[in-house]
Amino acid sequence: MKIKAFYHALGRFRFAQFILFTVFLLFFFGPLVNTLMIAFADKYMYAEHPYFLPSALSLDWWKFVLSQKNLVSSIALSFLLATVTTGASLLICLPAAYAFARYDFPGKHFFQFSFLFANAFPRMGLYVSIAIIFYKLNLMGTFVGVLCIHLLNTLMYMTWIPAAAFRNVHINQEEAARDVGATAFQTFRHITLPLAMPGITVACIFTFLQSLEEAQGTFLIGVPNFKTIPVVMYSVIYDYPATAGAVFAVILVLPTLLLLGIFRRFIGADAMTSGFKMK
Amino acid sequence: MPDRPILKLEKMTKLYHNGDGVRDIDFEISEGELVTLLGPSGCGKTTILRVVGGFLEATEGHVILNGEDITRLPPEKRPTAMVFQSYNLWPHMNVFENLAFGLKLRKVPRETIKADVARFLSLVKIEGSEEKYPSQLSGGQQQRVAIARALILKPKILLMDEPFSALDAKIRVQMREELKKIQQELGITVMFVTHDQEEAMAISHRIVVMSKGKFEQIGTPADVYDNPTTRFTAEFMGNMNFIKDTERQVLLAVRPENISLDTVGNGSLKGRISTIMVLGHFLEINMDTEQGQVKAFTPREYSAERKVGEEVGIVVGRHLVFPAAG
Repeated sequence: MKIKAFYHALGRFRFAQFILFTVFLLFFFGPLVNTLMIAFADKYMYAEHPYFLPSALSLDWWKFVLSQKNLVSSIALSFLLATVTTGASLLICLPAAYAFARYDFPGKHFFQFSFLFANAFPRMGLYVSIAIIFYKLNLMGTFVGVLCIHLLNTLMYMTWIPAAAFRNVHINQEEAARDVGATAFQTFRHITLPLAMPGITVACIFTFLQSLEEAQGTFLIGVPNFKTIPVVMYSVIYDYPATAGAVFAVILVLPTLLLLGIFRRFIGADAMTSGFKMK
Repeated sequence: MPDRPILKLEKMTKLYHNGDGVRDIDFEISEGELVTLLGPSGCGKTTILRVVGGFLEATEGHVILNGEDITRLPPEKRPTAMVFQSYNLWPHMNVFENLAFGLKLRKVPRETIKADVARFLSLVKIEGSEEKYPSQLSGGQQQRVAIARALILKPKILLMDEPFSALDAKIRVQMREELKKIQQELGITVMFVTHDQEEAMAISHRIVVMSKGKFEQIGTPADVYDNPTTRFTAEFMGNMNFIKDTERQVLLAVRPENISLDTVGNGSLKGRISTIMVLGHFLEINMDTEQGQVKAFTPREYSAERKVGEEVGIVVGRHLVFPAAG
């Protein structure tokens, strides 16, 4: 028995690890591989066809998706929206994060906790009541309206993670900069911001990805003028074969993978953590 | 030492919201002087230092440095330089960048910066470490860089907030010797804060003993050690035995080195030896008496024969007299 030999070669513990790891890989990467396969399939009849694998590979569905004007424009809109959301979120939240990290003011804990409220209610209910307000403000179907919805979902990341990062910059490090002649702003620019950068980058990535896959709120507030990839996904799933949906999914996955690559550099690498922490 | 006062505190008061702080501090430091503020934690010594550095604003009074009133100036406008106990250095900059930061803000030409950095690194004996990052340096080396970074801006006064407290005992002693050397070499004025009386005695021209926001005594190390004017100073500086003199209704303060051992019946007090410890060239002998424990430091050759449990007579030598505790 090959398996038996393998089991004895590894020992019980390592063999269990191996099995666990295999299950883990299948669980996490199985769907991804399957999506990739379908995206490059010629035809894929999962119902009628008796085979798991597609009959032929082709780029036909990519050509089809990329030739659809409204699909391509939704991709462009999604990335534009995610970029603007990240930028606006940075502008609004970084000062707040710094205030939470450094200053004591009345109601500090309440304000910090209030960022959870948006996540405490069922989303759809929240969006419907927001829509009522947006109608009155003429924000329905506008870019600003959609941007507001996206910001709502990212405020928490963008405030809490950078606040923790700012808190990790020791007050003496800021004072030492003031001491050698840096103004408050120069201190922030040259000392605090670079030292908090890993945390801020992580928050940016979360924000960008969150905005990229936000569907419910965009659907309610933005349609019909603003259709992002996730919104269009709904109709694609109804109107086209699974292969077109898979192509779309892959396009959505690509930036995520890319950003997670950067993310790993900031979170995982020992060099970074030891470089930014001092005893 | 020239006597020109370079730093003057005039009726300086700094109070915190809870009412703690320091009140009405009048004090002067002369040019080239190394003055230590010494006291237990919470005595206000760091408060005074931070008011001089500009990290705390004085509630009342004035801080005059080199003839200029700096009371309301932010830290970046003051010709002071601070060395903290820890977290001095910026971990994302290497040693060169750490030292050059202040000079770059002052638009000093690049070549001058290079030469200055090299010169001050060699002054603190870590020449050639420009390319290293703080995380690659030991704690002692990091403090050396911090001192170099403070000195490179040629401050009018160097402020040091327990700079060696986080270091190992051996390195701490080494660092204080070098600080003393550098201070003499540059003739720089230093205000030093510590809770370690041994460190204060080793480096200072003058010591300010503080307790609960007040100055207890100001004097040279020998002064403060030999002639403490308050009971607090007597207790805080080094070891001190307090022996009641019931006839005169006073308290005798005796250093352990001024206590000698004799046969029972001699001396003013009877005691039983509880511990004997060898501390290098002398012995520390602790004795139980009816007035509590008495400590004696004695040269080893005088007391080599003493045994734990032995009854001895205690002879009080040079001592100070304080009113009996009430």
